[in-house]
Amino acid sequence: MANACAVVGVGQSSRYRSKIKVSIAGLVREAAQEALKDAGCTWADIDAVVLGKAPDFFEGVLMPEVYLADALGCVGKPMLRVHTAGSVGGSTAIVAASCVQSGAFKRVLTVAFEKQSESNAMWALSSRQPFSPHLNAGAGGFFAPIIREYMRRSQAPVDIGCKVALKDRTHALRNPRAHMHEKAEDLDLKKYMDSFMLWEPLRFSEVCPSSDGACAMVLASEDLAKKSPNPPAWIHGVAMRSEPTMYPWREEVNPQGGIACAKDVYSQAGITNPRKEIDMAEVYVPFSWYEPMWLENLGFADVNEGWKLTEAGATFIDGGDIPWNCSGGVLSSNPIGASGMIRFAEAALQVRGMAGDHQVDGAKTALGHAYGGGSQFFSMWIVRSEKP
Amino acid sequence: MSDEKPMVEGFEAPISLHYTFAAGHAISKFLHSIKEGKIVGQRSPKTGKVIVPPRGSCPETGVPTTEEVTLPDTGTVITFTVIHIPIPNNPIKPPFIVANICLDESDQTFIHLVSDCKNEEVQIGTRVKAVWKDPAEWDYSMDNIKYFKPLDEAPVDIEKLKAERLKAVEKYRHA
Amino acid sequence: MREVAIISYVQTPMRRDAGANNDVEMLMPTLQEALSNVGMTHKDIDFTCSGSCDYLGGAAFAFVSAVDALGAVPAIAESHVEMDAAWALYEAWLKIQCGKADTALVYGFGKSSHANLPNVLSLQMDPYSVQPLWPDSISMAALQARALLESGKCSERDMAEVVANSRRNAKSNPKAQLKGDFTVDQLLREPTFVSPLRKHDCCPITDGASVMILAVREKAEKFCKRPAFITGIDHRIDAHGLGLRDLTVSESTRIAGEKAGANKGPIDVAELYAPFSHQELILRDALGLDATKTKINPSGGALAGHVFMACGLDRIGAVATRIINGEANRGVAHATSGPCLQQNLVAVLEG
Repeated sequence: MANACAVVGVGQSSRYRSKIKVSIAGLVREAAQEALKDAGCTWADIDAVVLGKAPDFFEGVLMPEVYLADALGCVGKPMLRVHTAGSVGGSTAIVAASCVQSGAFKRVLTVAFEKQSESNAMWALSSRQPFSPHLNAGAGGFFAPIIREYMRRSQAPVDIGCKVALKDRTHALRNPRAHMHEKAEDLDLKKYMDSFMLWEPLRFSEVCPSSDGACAMVLASEDLAKKSPNPPAWIHGVAMRSEPTMYPWREEVNPQGGIACAKDVYSQAGITNPRKEIDMAEVYVPFSWYEPMWLENLGFADVNEGWKLTEAGATFIDGGDIPWNCSGGVLSSNPIGASGMIRFAEAALQVRGMAGDHQVDGAKTALGHAYGGGSQFFSMWIVRSEKP
Repeated sequence: MSDEKPMVEGFEAPISLHYTFAAGHAISKFLHSIKEGKIVGQRSPKTGKVIVPPRGSCPETGVPTTEEVTLPDTGTVITFTVIHIPIPNNPIKPPFIVANICLDESDQTFIHLVSDCKNEEVQIGTRVKAVWKDPAEWDYSMDNIKYFKPLDEAPVDIEKLKAERLKAVEKYRHA
Repeated sequence: MREVAIISYVQTPMRRDAGANNDVEMLMPTLQEALSNVGMTHKDIDFTCSGSCDYLGGAAFAFVSAVDALGAVPAIAESHVEMDAAWALYEAWLKIQCGKADTALVYGFGKSSHANLPNVLSLQMDPYSVQPLWPDSISMAALQARALLESGKCSERDMAEVVANSRRNAKSNPKAQLKGDFTVDQLLREPTFVSPLRKHDCCPITDGASVMILAVREKAEKFCKRPAFITGIDHRIDAHGLGLRDLTVSESTRIAGEKAGANKGPIDVAELYAPFSHQELILRDALGLDATKTKINPSGGALAGHVFMACGLDRIGAVATRIINGEANRGVAHATSGPCLQQNLVAVLEG
C-alpha cells in the first residue's frame, strides 16, 4: 500500500569534529545544500522538511525547527521535528519516508544535527535527577554494566572491544568526513588496550567522540527518483520499536525491541538470512562491544557468537564478508542527533555506489540502524539499488 | 594599517532556569518510607512483580501500581561497572563501583554504590547489604544508604535467581 | 488517501497544578479511559506517537518515562515529536496513510506548573541574536497585540470580548480551568499586565495530559458509532524573525486552512489554539471564519486551559467530541507552535 520512495540526495558536514565554527543554521545548511545538489534540485523543489535531533539541552535551543525555518527554506511549507533520543536520526528518516510513502508529498528534505559543543552533553545526560542518587555518569556508565554481562555470557576474549574500535577507526581513515582520523602508529591494539579506563570495561579508546555535525537527505517519489541525476537508493523496509527503559527482569544485553524491529524490517525486505543477503551495514555502535552484541541482536550471528565474527575480520571492509561501519561508524564520529541519520545515509550511499574510498564493491543491499535511550528505541531501514 | 576586526566566532549566553519538580505519588511514598529507614517497593497487580523504587506504573502492562511491599536491605549485584572518572558535581573519588542491584524479594534493579571492599572482589552475583547513614542524618533520599557492602556469601547465579523470582510471583499474577 | 477518523479523546481536568502526580501518573488513567471508552486495549493499537517537551520537564528525555504508561512489552511501534501533540497526530496520520498502521494512539502532556513557561519559551528564539535578550513569550505576544491594535484591525474591546466568550463557554466544559461570567467593561477595568495585554488576555498555566485514538474507516466503524473523519489536514511554518513577517496576519494558517479544505463546506464549529486573546482574532481572519455561522472555541479554547504540548491536540479533540456526539457535522481545528503564531496546523473533521 505504501508508495515507493528513494534517497536521491545525501549531504553531510564536510568534517565532523568538536566545535564546528558555524552557527546552527550554517551547520544544517551545509549538509542540506549538498543533499540538494546531489539530488539536482533547489530549495524551491522541496515540499516539506523533517528535522531531527536529540535533547534540546545539548545546544540550549528549544524546538530548533522554529529558529531554522528560514535556514532550511521551509517558509510556507510543512515542517516537523522528531525526537526519539539516540535513535532520532533514524526515526527522522523514517518519518520523512512516510511523507512520500503516504502519497502526501513528492520530495522531502530531511536533516538531523547536533552541535554538542554549544552546551555540555555530559552534563545534559547526567544532570541531577531529583529524588534519585546522583550516580548517572553519562551514557558510558549506563552501558558498561550491560557490556560486562555480555562478556560474562559469551566468554569473549577481553580484547574484542578494542578490536572493534581499531577496525572502525581504520575505516574512518577512508572517510574524509570522519571526526577521528588516527595516526597510523596509533592504530595499534596494544595502545588501544593500554588506553585509560573510563567505565570498566570501557576504555577511552573504545568510546565515541563528542562531535558537532549534520546530515541531510532528499527523499523522492518514484517518478521523481527516476529522473534524478544520481542513482537512487530505494527503500525496501522501515521499522521502529520502543520498550520501557526498565521493567522487571528486562533482557538488556539482547533487547527484545531490537530483535522485533529487525524482524519487521527484514520481513518487509524479504530477508531471511541477514548475513548472506545484506552486503554491508551501518550500525549504531557508540561503545565498542556493541558490535558483537548487535551482530547477535540483528541476527547476523547466534547468541554469544557475535564476537567470533569480529575476531575473524568478517566486519572489516577488506576481506570481510559482512562489512560493518565502513564510514568509521559512531565510534569515529558522533553528533548524537545526527548519528542515526548518518547510518541511514551511509547505507544509501553504499547502494548508490557513491561511498568513495569506503565503498564496498558491488553493495546492493544495505542496512541502516540506530538505537537510543537505554537500548530501548530502535529504528532501522533496508535500502537497495533496485526498486522494490 | 588594517581596520579589520577579528570575526566573532562565539560568545557565552548563560541560561538559568528554575524548576520545581513533583516526584509523583509512588516516589513520594517511597521517599517517606526511606526517611524512616524502610525500603518499600510496589507490586504490579497484573504481573505480580515488585519494583523498587516504585514509579507508580507497571511498565509491562501500563497499569498503576499501589500495593506496597516492604523489602529487606539485602540484595544481589546483577551487574556493575567500575568508574574511573568523577561524576559532574559529585564529590565521590574514583575508582568506585556503581552496581545494578536487585533487592531480595524484588524484581527490578536500581543503581547504587558498592563499597568497603576490594573492587576486584565484586562480581556479577555478589550478595550485598545496605550500609546506612546515621539515622539522625536521614532525609527523603536514597542517599540514606551510603553504599552496599558485599556479604560473606557465595555469589548467586542470576538466571537461577530470575527463575526463582518468576515462580515466586506466580501467585500474585492477574494478567 | 485512506479515510482516517478520531474515535476517542480524553483529557485530564485542566488544573493550575496537578500536585504530586507526575507525567506517568497523569497519563495512565487517561490512556486507560481513552481505550476503554471504545472497548480497546493497547494490543489493538498499531502505532503510538506523542508530543512533549524536555525543557518543560526540566530534564533531557522527559518523554521516555511516559513509555512506562503504555504497556510497551513486548516492544511497540512508537515515535515522538518534540512539538504539540497535534503534530504527533500528523505523524500518526502519515503512518496510517502509508498502510503501516490501521489504528494509532496519540497523546500529549506537560506540567507547566514546574517551569516558568514564558521564560522557557524564549529559548525558541534565534540563539545568537535574539535569545540572549530573554524575550519571554508573553512579551513577544504583547508586541504582536500592539501591532494589531495600531493597525486598526482590532480594538481592546474586541480582545476583551474574546476573553468574555471564552469564560462563558468554558462554563459548560467540565474540564476547563478558568470559567465564569464577565462583561467586557469589567475586563477592561483590569490593569495591564504586559501592555497592552491584561492578565486575562493570556492563557493560564496548566498541568494535564490528553489522549486520542485514530482508526481507518473499517476499524473506526467497529469501535465508534459516529467517528469524526479527518477530511483534510495540513500544516505550514512562517519565517522565524518577528521582523520578517507581518505579525497582524497568519499567512501559514491561511495556507494550511486552504490546503486542508476548511472552506469547502459549512463550518459548524471551530476550535482555535490562541494562547492570547488577540491571536484568536488573527486566526479567525486567516481562516475566513464567520462568527455568526460558526461556533468559535465553544470549549473555552486555550484561554480556558493551556496544557502546553497538548493544547493543539485538545482543539482537535474538542471538535471531534462535538462531531462524535452529533452536536456538529463539520468542524475546523487549529494548533500553533513557535512565537507569535509562527507555525500552524489546520485539521478539518466531518461526521
